[in-house]
Amino acid sequence: MTNLERYDKLFMDAFRLAPEKLPGLKYRGIPEWDSVGHMDLMSAMEEAYGINISTPDLLSFSSYEAGKEILAKYGVEL
Amino acid sequence: MEREEWLGLGPYSLPREQKRALYRRELTALTRHHRQNCPEYRRFLEALGCPEDTPLEPEEQPMLPVGLFKQRRLCSVPESEVFKTLTSSGTTGQQVSQICLDAVTSADQQLVLSRIVADFIGQQRLPLLVLDSKKVLQDRAMFSARGAGILGFSIFGSRSCYALNDEMQLDLEAVRAFVQQHAGRPMLLFGFTYIVWKEVVCALEERGEALPVPQGILIHGGGWKKLAGQAVSPAVFKERVAKALGVRQVYNYYGMAEQTGCIYMECPCGHLHASVWSDILIRRPQDHALCPPGEPGVIQVLSLLPRSYPGHSLLTEDMGVLLGEDDCPCGRKGKYFAVTGRLPRAEVRGCSDTYEG
Repeated sequence: MTNLERYDKLFMDAFRLAPEKLPGLKYRGIPEWDSVGHMDLMSAMEEAYGINISTPDLLSFSSYEAGKEILAKYGVEL
Repeated sequence: MEREEWLGLGPYSLPREQKRALYRRELTALTRHHRQNCPEYRRFLEALGCPEDTPLEPEEQPMLPVGLFKQRRLCSVPESEVFKTLTSSGTTGQQVSQICLDAVTSADQQLVLSRIVADFIGQQRLPLLVLDSKKVLQDRAMFSARGAGILGFSIFGSRSCYALNDEMQLDLEAVRAFVQQHAGRPMLLFGFTYIVWKEVVCALEERGEALPVPQGILIHGGGWKKLAGQAVSPAVFKERVAKALGVRQVYNYYGMAEQTGCIYMECPCGHLHASVWSDILIRRPQDHALCPPGEPGVIQVLSLLPRSYPGHSLLTEDMGVLLGEDDCPCGRKGKYFAVTGRLPRAEVRGCSDTYEG
């Protein structure tokens, strides 16, 4: 699985979404991605890529697209 | 200074005159915003005879008694934009406050909380031991202040563990395993003062147990009222926390559901600090005249954050004393103060939601 495939799968598993729903997906855009869902998603990202996301980055991780840029800061190329 | 700019300021970076200028402008704008968008607030200002569109000094801003949020649902955005209603306070049988939050206000609260707390514990997320039960988080749309506090602080946690089970009893086995798993590294502990005291510290003492968390950092808030009744001073609290948990880094905070996010953290000198995003004024209970430093009075809280409800200037039911401004030995700018108790004759009211332990 490529990093991008894994990234998509984390979203799809966390929020039970089809892949075509991912582009443009925003925090609080769907009921499942609320503050509790966000913490679960962040834990899943950290586990999958072996990284520790800082508090400011966790708060900036506000969309499917923004998350890609944040992961790049941690050396995860998607 | 634009909104993004003041949201991005260092939490304790503004000296007095700059902060006053910011508050003069932003609070005047907020009063106008709420006047235009919240009919009850507008009627309140009209009843007080507050002039429209006059720039006001921070201490001239009209203030709502915090208890008003228990009687009315005050909202400055269309109901369709309210995605979360925070409820707070109240001993059994009393009415609870209702705070309407939209996405912007809620996100600002979370951001500001993260900036304030990071000033004390850093930006790295730490293993988080929540000294409460996960049960508090059950209804996601209708949060109690306790649930909101736990969720708000959960952003500082990498892995988390809830120390209490659904019956509010210490799950010693789970806690021990969590502490062992993260031994040798800093750990964040968060809880409400009374619950930390009764269900963790006293519970451990009763069982003759202690936990080794020497690198733990405990942040707790939610009032001393119940503990003061048991003659537990802050010094005694810290001492017994150190014995039961091995935690020596203990930070109390003052805050309320009506102004979530901009909490007042206690510095190592034992002073509560106002960040750049909120401020306090101390007033005489009789005539609401401003008290000079050193004279106890009622605490008024000002905040730049509330946009979805008119909570930017509130008269609390707490008593406090201003200790100084910009010159705390810890180096943080802004006012620092102490909370001394509850306003006499005020309706008995908790800072968090009901917990009849």
